[in-house]
Amino acid sequence: MKHTLAVLVENRYGVLSRVAGLFARRGYNIDSLAVGITEDPTISRMTIVVRGDDLVLEQVTKQLNKLIDVIRVTDLGTEDTVERELVLIKVNADVKNRSEIMQIADIFRAKIIDVASKSMVIEITGDENKIKAIEQLLKPFGIKEMVRTGKIALRRGPKSI
Amino acid sequence: MTGRTEKMTGARAIIECLHREGVDTIFGYPGGQVLPIYDALYDSKIRHVLVRHEQSAAHAADGYARATGKVGVCLATSGPGATNLVTGIATAYMDSIPIVALTGQVPLSMIGNDAFQEANITGITMPITKHNYLIQDANDIPRIMKEAFHIASTGRPGPVLIDIPKDMTTEMIDFHYPETVKLRSYNPTYEGNIQQIKKAAEEIKRSSKPVIYAGGGVISANASGLLQAFAEKVQAPVTTTLTGMGTFPVGHPLFLGMLGMHGTKYANYAIQESDLIIAVGARFDDRVTGKIKSFATNAKIIHIDVDPAEISKNVHVDIPIVGNAKRVLEDLLKYVDKAPTDDWLEKIAHWKRSYPLYYVGGKENIKPQYIIEQIHDACKDAIIVTEVGQHQMWAAQYFRFSEPRTFISSGGLGTMGFGFPAAIGAKIAKPDRVVFDISGDGSFQMSSQELATVVQENIPVIIAIFNNGYLGMVRQWQELFFDKRYSYTCIRDSVDFVKLAEAYGALGLRVKQPSEVRPAIEQAIASGRPTLIDFWIECEENVSPMVPAGAAINEILDLERKA
Ligand SMILES: Cc1cc2nc3c(=O)[nH]c(=O)nc-3n(C[C@H](O)[C@H](O)[C@H](O)COP(=O)(O)OP(=O)(O)OC[C@H]3O[C@@H](n4cnc5c(N)ncnc54)[C@H](O)[C@@H]3O)c2cc1C
Ligand SMILES: Cc1ncc(C[n+]2csc(CCOP(=O)(O)OP(=O)(O)O)c2C)c(N)n1
Ligand SMILES: [Mg+2]
Repeated sequence: MKHTLAVLVENRYGVLSRVAGLFARRGYNIDSLAVGITEDPTISRMTIVVRGDDLVLEQVTKQLNKLIDVIRVTDLGTEDTVERELVLIKVNADVKNRSEIMQIADIFRAKIIDVASKSMVIEITGDENKIKAIEQLLKPFGIKEMVRTGKIALRRGPKSI
Repeated sequence: MTGRTEKMTGARAIIECLHREGVDTIFGYPGGQVLPIYDALYDSKIRHVLVRHEQSAAHAADGYARATGKVGVCLATSGPGATNLVTGIATAYMDSIPIVALTGQVPLSMIGNDAFQEANITGITMPITKHNYLIQDANDIPRIMKEAFHIASTGRPGPVLIDIPKDMTTEMIDFHYPETVKLRSYNPTYEGNIQQIKKAAEEIKRSSKPVIYAGGGVISANASGLLQAFAEKVQAPVTTTLTGMGTFPVGHPLFLGMLGMHGTKYANYAIQESDLIIAVGARFDDRVTGKIKSFATNAKIIHIDVDPAEISKNVHVDIPIVGNAKRVLEDLLKYVDKAPTDDWLEKIAHWKRSYPLYYVGGKENIKPQYIIEQIHDACKDAIIVTEVGQHQMWAAQYFRFSEPRTFISSGGLGTMGFGFPAAIGAKIAKPDRVVFDISGDGSFQMSSQELATVVQENIPVIIAIFNNGYLGMVRQWQELFFDKRYSYTCIRDSVDFVKLAEAYGALGLRVKQPSEVRPAIEQAIASGRPTLIDFWIECEENVSPMVPAGAAINEILDLERKA
């Protein structure tokens, strides 16, 4: 089972290493981790996608809370949230198939952000399924490189975590 | 002076902070990057004990903390000084002991350059500290020192390390010691949830076979008296973990002794047959539970612990109560009454009579259990510190502890070499108490250099070496599970321990006959000097009873031949 955790931490030297180290030494699997500063510059927010059953999730949450620099941990899995991930895909493209690829990008409301004689870079945001779908469609052309930010998520509505 | 600021160097500020925290003694070892701190120590009122290996500085700070409940402090230089602390910090971490470790570091601008004697000690100690700091602005020294002592000693206690680049100690700062700590991300829960407490009280009232399983957390909460009041009111039997020894008086009719791998048979039987386990400040360690699937299968479990992460970590808990053991027991006492335990206590009394701890023989050879009994007989209120091995288990089984903080032992990490330096810390904290390091011939050789420390500083601890010529605990496993193939566990004739003691200027005594045991103990106590007693004990004596690895705790074997 996958869980999405929103973790507010002190924006301080070494915090990422504390969190990453905790996952490593307790044997928890991270699927993705995205981190950046929040509206309050003293606080960073991590969005961590972690795999495990409810017992694992409970331990992960408690252990994270034990880190002195962790301010709050929220499991977004149970909430109504919007989730996005940004992905850049460099795909083989030449005159013959360029327009076909552009059509695919269009359907997914992705953007072409670089075009060269033998390649294109496509930018796409979306949830996991959408990204999986475009990846499948682009595979036959040859994906040269792909990079993803990891998932970020916010609760819907006026309430914050 | 609070409120006003004063100009001073970072080094002096560190010493001033120690003063403000009420620190009277620190344990350390100097080096290049801590020269300014040592210079500031030179004319301060704080006593500095010069150990002979930094690992001992951490263990001594730990022993000091266990004996008093105060935060222990150690100091080491950068690089090898800092890395030598690691085992000591890990030992304190595993047993939740409050210490603050100060380490020197290369100047800020040189960090990351593989400078001479640079080690990333905050990185290295991340998994074995409750928290750690690298000082990056000398003006932060007072705040960080204040936070470090606060974090180390509150909630679930533990070690905190502060890494101090040399230039931070020479810079001038405006010293102002904060009176309070503001940490939005750290707020331990002390008060137990009252609904949970009432629920627990209801279960307790109904239980006909309750067992109280108390651990090191009761000692750290200073809740031993309350625990006794609670047990007596409910009329429930009490067993303690290794680190909980001393929290309940051994002679008390409700006491079952230690449980687990080398616990008493009756403690393990009681747990397995119990209908309600009341765990207080204990963490269901595998040495206690044995085969986890078969652990107390008939019992509901109430778990009182200050650390929410301990709840249901190893064993499913029915009624968790997160809070400080003292506060929770205070509240719980208001709601509980005597439980219907008469038949249960009778059954337990029967088990106690049928399956007591015992040993046989001892006419020709010295039985280790006998030495422990004689030490108790000679000095009932001694502080017993141990190394790790068979001797440690005999100390836990046979000394009749009557107060908390009188049994000091590395439980979680099981660190050989812990006992002697920890005994130094305990003796400095409690100079009026007789302090024994119950030691093995193997363990002692991991910290024997501290003989120099105790002689130079005249710290009269008594080292009782249980000399069996073996790494006995490992040999025991080889005897039982590896067909007596004693692979690299024989250490006979390592050294003449008496001469070793004398070489350092300590008193050395050798005991080869049972009849000499008591006189040697008396002589050591009377001497008032650092003393080493080399007891030649029966070489292949085993710790009994024993739960084999992977077995349920009621599958506990007698390894001592029958009388
Ligand atoms: C060779 C060897 C053999 C051993 N054999 C045994 C054995 O047979 N039996 C045995 O019991 N142990 C044995 N041990 C020790 C064992 O490994 C563990 O260290 C021990 O069982 C842990 O004890 P504990 O559960 O009391 O936890 P501790 O490590 O003492 O932890 C204390 C618990 O209390 C909590 N706590 C702390 N402060 C408070 C507070 N203020 N309020 C509430 N809760 C608090 C903490 O969060 C923690 O959960 C052995 C060790 C060695 C080296
Ligand atoms: C630092 C360290 N290394 C190894 C061990 C594994 N170990 C546990 S008990 C033991 C033997 C201890 O021998 P000794 O001190 O002579 O005590 P005895 O068991 O003989 O009483 C060993 C090697 C340990 N606990 N600590
Ligand atoms: Mg030995």
